[in-house]
Amino acid sequence: MIGSIGSALILVPLVAGLAAFWWRDDRSRRVLLLLTATAHLGLTAAAWVRWHENFISDTPLPIPAGAWVALDATGLLFLTTVSVLFFACSIYSVGYLAREKEHTHIDYEEQLFFNNEPEAVFTGCLLLFLASMTLVCSSQHFGLLWVGVEATTLASAPLIYFHRQHRSLEATWKYLLICSVGIALALLGNFLLAVAAIDNNSSTALLVTDLIANASKLHTPWLKVSFLFFLVGYGTKMGLAPMHTWLPDAHSESPSVVSALLSGALLNCAFLGILRAHQVCVAADSGEFSQQLLRVFGLFSMTIAAVFILGQVDFKRMLAYSSVEHMGILALGVGLGGAGAFGAGLHAINHSLTKACLFLVAGNILAAYETKAVKDVSGLRRLLPLSGVLWLGGFLSITGSPPFGTFLSEFTILKAALDADHTIVAVLYLALLALIFIGMANIVLPMAQGRPRGAVIKSGSGEALWATLPPAMLGLLVLGVGLYLPPTMSAMLHEVATALGGK
Amino acid sequence: MQLVNTTLVLVMLANLALLSSSRLASCIQFVAAQGILLSLLPLEMAHGESFEYGRVLTLAAIILVLKGWVFPMLLSRTLRTAQVRHEVIPMVGYVASLVAGVMVLSLSFWISSRLTFPHRPDSPAISTLVLPFALSTILIGLFLIVTRKTALMQVIGYLVLENGIYIFGMALAQEQQFLVEMGILLDVFVAVFVMGIAIFHINREFDHIDVHQLTSLKD
Repeated sequence: MIGSIGSALILVPLVAGLAAFWWRDDRSRRVLLLLTATAHLGLTAAAWVRWHENFISDTPLPIPAGAWVALDATGLLFLTTVSVLFFACSIYSVGYLAREKEHTHIDYEEQLFFNNEPEAVFTGCLLLFLASMTLVCSSQHFGLLWVGVEATTLASAPLIYFHRQHRSLEATWKYLLICSVGIALALLGNFLLAVAAIDNNSSTALLVTDLIANASKLHTPWLKVSFLFFLVGYGTKMGLAPMHTWLPDAHSESPSVVSALLSGALLNCAFLGILRAHQVCVAADSGEFSQQLLRVFGLFSMTIAAVFILGQVDFKRMLAYSSVEHMGILALGVGLGGAGAFGAGLHAINHSLTKACLFLVAGNILAAYETKAVKDVSGLRRLLPLSGVLWLGGFLSITGSPPFGTFLSEFTILKAALDADHTIVAVLYLALLALIFIGMANIVLPMAQGRPRGAVIKSGSGEALWATLPPAMLGLLVLGVGLYLPPTMSAMLHEVATALGGK
Repeated sequence: MQLVNTTLVLVMLANLALLSSSRLASCIQFVAAQGILLSLLPLEMAHGESFEYGRVLTLAAIILVLKGWVFPMLLSRTLRTAQVRHEVIPMVGYVASLVAGVMVLSLSFWISSRLTFPHRPDSPAISTLVLPFALSTILIGLFLIVTRKTALMQVIGYLVLENGIYIFGMALAQEQQFLVEMGILLDVFVAVFVMGIAIFHINREFDHIDVHQLTSLKD
């Protein structure tokens, strides 16, 4: 049952995506995008209902033996963020695509004319991107997971190059090459894992459930080397420092709706690849090894992010570095174990919702002010009242202020660090969070306050419903998680945490 | 065993040729030759009662077509549209690259000598050359990506890296599921295809494919 939902979840966007490439009419193609996103959200909700029923009747949902595609708690959690985000972004992109059709395209920074990618290609790639991310979330097989992660890179590369000008091309090339090399290293991790599991039955080798069940027969040194390659390989895609170099370029040069998906949905999917390997390590009693590595990479990513956020002059790059920071927090949370794994699961949701909200608002700012430079934006609250409120709210949420959900998850991770007697880690973590708060406040607050300067006030450029409703929805969700965590979700997070060696 | 070793030595020679050549057209031929050699490996390594003719033959045929014909064809087409003949002066010269290649090979032999493989009692011994040659092919691929400046040469480096990982996978993690192998090949195929398109755009936008001049994005 849950397997068939999993297959449908992959097939629906796959078929719609392929159809979109040959779909002539722009308007009906946009309807197709919306319908597919709605269907995907509906199917995800169906998986939740099924999970909820099992939770009520207290029978854990078994993953069918030998199933390659099935949703366990971890997969469903990450899939939900993908699905919700894609739904919000599909509404936004319908309005965005309609607006992009209307006016000529002049590069804001260099005043050059450029064309857009054909809309059919953009929509098709967007849907294929959704299909590949769903494949990553629902695959129970390491090889299939790898195929999915590489497919996400290939489907999203044309999305970054939507505006056909040289900066986005440069970003696309870096993204393609660096991520492909990273993912190739993860493939080596797959093969090393197969070597470690050479004593297992080869026909079920590399299935997550099977590896966990037969974890005692794994060859530990090879497992450790394999985890290292998974961490570096998928870590490249996830944006962990020092492999993050492609991320600020790709996230700042792509259209904002794509940045929202890259940052909120794709980075999580790459993290899932590392988590699967971590699950196997925990089962094979090498959990301490993988946790230590995750802590180191997590703190290092937060440090790099703090350095580059302080004094950042481009607000989209600021958001991109903030993603590096939050991926660091996720890695750190899982690395701490205990309640940290619970916190990391919750934080993955909170970060996705908040960051997507912020990127969509950044798109509105970019459209109104026609610049990405922080110093040229002021008076956001007056010019775009709703976007201004969302920009400030999003800032408070992303820096972990109460009452947003991010506060809850960041606090849980801090508590886990103190509980496990990692005092130095806790101190560093707090110091870096404070630094990043100051850095972002210095950028965000001057943008929101004051009066709009220059000739930015164009006639009839008010805030459209499509541009404000999706980020508002995401922002409210994150606020809701902070105020009330539903018991079903809490139970699911506990199951995820248990699978990751926490509690 | 003898056949496997001969093939691996030839693969290594192709690596060294790639390191020392500046003509992009020759480099494409070398990587094609490497692909053809790679397609022989599943046939040579097949053994024992678990030998499934259909699976092994299909795999070999698909690798032969993709790595020996489709990839080189895509790359040559890109080369024609980009109208470049030679690699621009690389960061590390050709002689130095060759020396680095030999050093990488000896390093790989040293690392491999220190590793012991878990081994199933019923399967035959693996050639001792597999691990060092796989490792050095991976490292040489990375070396090409880092030191070469044209986008096309970086794609060739990516293919060499992929080939190295493939040798490793075929030799040590035998009996992978057929579907996964197909998925991996499909992904690599699309990757080369998409990179080819990207190079086409880079060439049109900048009039060159020297990626070291792509430097407008930085902090």
